[in-house]
Amino acid sequence: MALLSFERKYRVRGGTLLGGDLFDFWIGPFYVGFFGITGLFFTVLGTALVIYGAAIGPTWNIWRISIAPPDLSYGLALAPLAEGGLWQIITICAIGSFGSWALREVEICRKLGMGLHVPFAFSFAVFAYVTLVVIRPVLLGAWGHGFPYGIFSHLDWVSNVGYQYLHFHYNPAHMLAVTFFFTTTMALSLHGGLILSAANPGRKSGWTNDLHEVKTPEYEDTFFRDTIGYSVGTLGIHRVGLLLALNAGFWSAVCIVISGPFWNEGWPQWWAWWLNLPIWS
Amino acid sequence: MNFALPMAAGAAALLGIASFVGVDWDAPPVETEQVGYRGTGMYVTKDAAEAQAGRDANVVPESPWEPDPEGDRARDVYENVPVLGHLSDDQFTQFMASITEWVSPEAGCEYCHNVENMASDEVYTKVVARRMIQMNQAINVNWTAHVGETGVTCYTCHRGNPVPKEVWYRDIEPQPASRGYRDGQNVAGIFTGNTSLPQNALEDYLLGNKEIRVHADTALPMGTQTATTKETESTWALMMHMSESLGANCVSCHNSRAFNDWDQSPPQRVTAWHGIRMARQLNTDYMVGLTPIFPDDEMHLGPQGDVLKVGCNSCHQGVQKPLYGVSMMGDYAASLGELSDTEVPDYSTYVPGVTQVMGE
Repeated sequence: MALLSFERKYRVRGGTLLGGDLFDFWIGPFYVGFFGITGLFFTVLGTALVIYGAAIGPTWNIWRISIAPPDLSYGLALAPLAEGGLWQIITICAIGSFGSWALREVEICRKLGMGLHVPFAFSFAVFAYVTLVVIRPVLLGAWGHGFPYGIFSHLDWVSNVGYQYLHFHYNPAHMLAVTFFFTTTMALSLHGGLILSAANPGRKSGWTNDLHEVKTPEYEDTFFRDTIGYSVGTLGIHRVGLLLALNAGFWSAVCIVISGPFWNEGWPQWWAWWLNLPIWS
Repeated sequence: MNFALPMAAGAAALLGIASFVGVDWDAPPVETEQVGYRGTGMYVTKDAAEAQAGRDANVVPESPWEPDPEGDRARDVYENVPVLGHLSDDQFTQFMASITEWVSPEAGCEYCHNVENMASDEVYTKVVARRMIQMNQAINVNWTAHVGETGVTCYTCHRGNPVPKEVWYRDIEPQPASRGYRDGQNVAGIFTGNTSLPQNALEDYLLGNKEIRVHADTALPMGTQTATTKETESTWALMMHMSESLGANCVSCHNSRAFNDWDQSPPQRVTAWHGIRMARQLNTDYMVGLTPIFPDDEMHLGPQGDVLKVGCNSCHQGVQKPLYGVSMMGDYAASLGELSDTEVPDYSTYVPGVTQVMGE
């Protein structure tokens, strides 16, 4: 693949965390690095094991293939391959793969002399996954509490685990996470709309090719000042976006890790503290 | 200076703190029961310390002694003993000693008897006790689909209390067309696990014979399922009551991917199905009929004047199998394990302090 004339400037040596110069090269557009190698290894092995699990399972229906965690009776021990052992190895592969991806991002950031915001943000997604399949199962004392790897089966798991606590929408951390998810999409749609409206303002009339001029950030700021009295600004909106998105992932992890290890009744019953406030009780 | 923002922030902080320190959080270790196939998430988790406390609080009392089934029959020795007359004298005495411990350990015999004349029905609790013994016998004989061979005794509900603590009644709510009427909703219902589901929904299922038929049978709405959201919420209210009563959760009886499908449901759902009908019959055939007998006070009737009723928690008390499935029937098979006299007198004729023999 041809290298664009300006790209060479950014393909600089060094910045690696592990492996020195050994893996410091590109294949086509992709930077490799030590974590590119480990990432590929874990991805290929994990995917192959999923396919193997499907092969020894009851179906090739893509929706219904499921690699389930072990029975609770295995606790935190290893299980035979066909009885949850595959799930355990695939989990290790997934964490290895996600971790490699994050560290490969770090190396690229270091090469470019950029901040680590992207790998930091991605690590929240990895943290949420690790919470589901490692932290919470360990706190509960069995790998069986992890979710199964299958399209339908993981949805069934989500549903059933919610109903373990009678009504998951009463989970306060779930409320926060859902609110942050919605707010993230709202902020992104407002931001995307605003940028497009300024950068691509359209024709002055439907019958001519007479275009409006592209607008500066002052116009964007003024739009929100006129609308809601305040504009967070061009850099600020990205801080807001990152904050909202990271909170969505973070509170998702919190809402599931408190369900079981730190709360075992229904979530509606958690709200007894409100009913028991000394104001009215 | 504008104080609105600091005030709001302060209030939010206080609520945040209250929601953290005001909650009885658990901590690992956790005990888990696996209900469904691995990976389906069908588990019941319990704080290990609380589970142990539950086991300690649900210990079956021992029989005061092993009764001799031989000897004279109680009906030949005592007067006015229609439901227990078939026992031997020793069995009868053993049962009386036990029921005192189960129901009125503090008040003793006087709670039900005029100790000057033990045969008299003038104390209303004696008339109630007789009907309750009939109820125990009916449960143990007719409702094995729910109670199995474990059976029940007075202790299953009473646990040393003259009036069982876990009961339900018609909760106060604004009447239709009155100010503040909210159709049973939007209040933390005391019999619906503190949810805002219809607060008197138990009346529909554990007193009335409403069926739970709210689940769609088709993936898309075809107009064949006409149940309203409100009806669905009423079934949820019942389910909250059941879950809270048993210390269980939805997946104890259902795979939530298809709540209605019996083939995907754990077998406990069958037991629960019979339990709903059992509680209903206990209320309609036993509790409601006794209403005129009870004194009209807060201890015996609900705030709307209805009799205290049997719910799932009356026996279960937070445990899936009441008293952790330990049967007491070995010691009380003769007294509570078979039907004796099933006669139901006209309770409206009862006059406390006067009626000597109920039903005559």
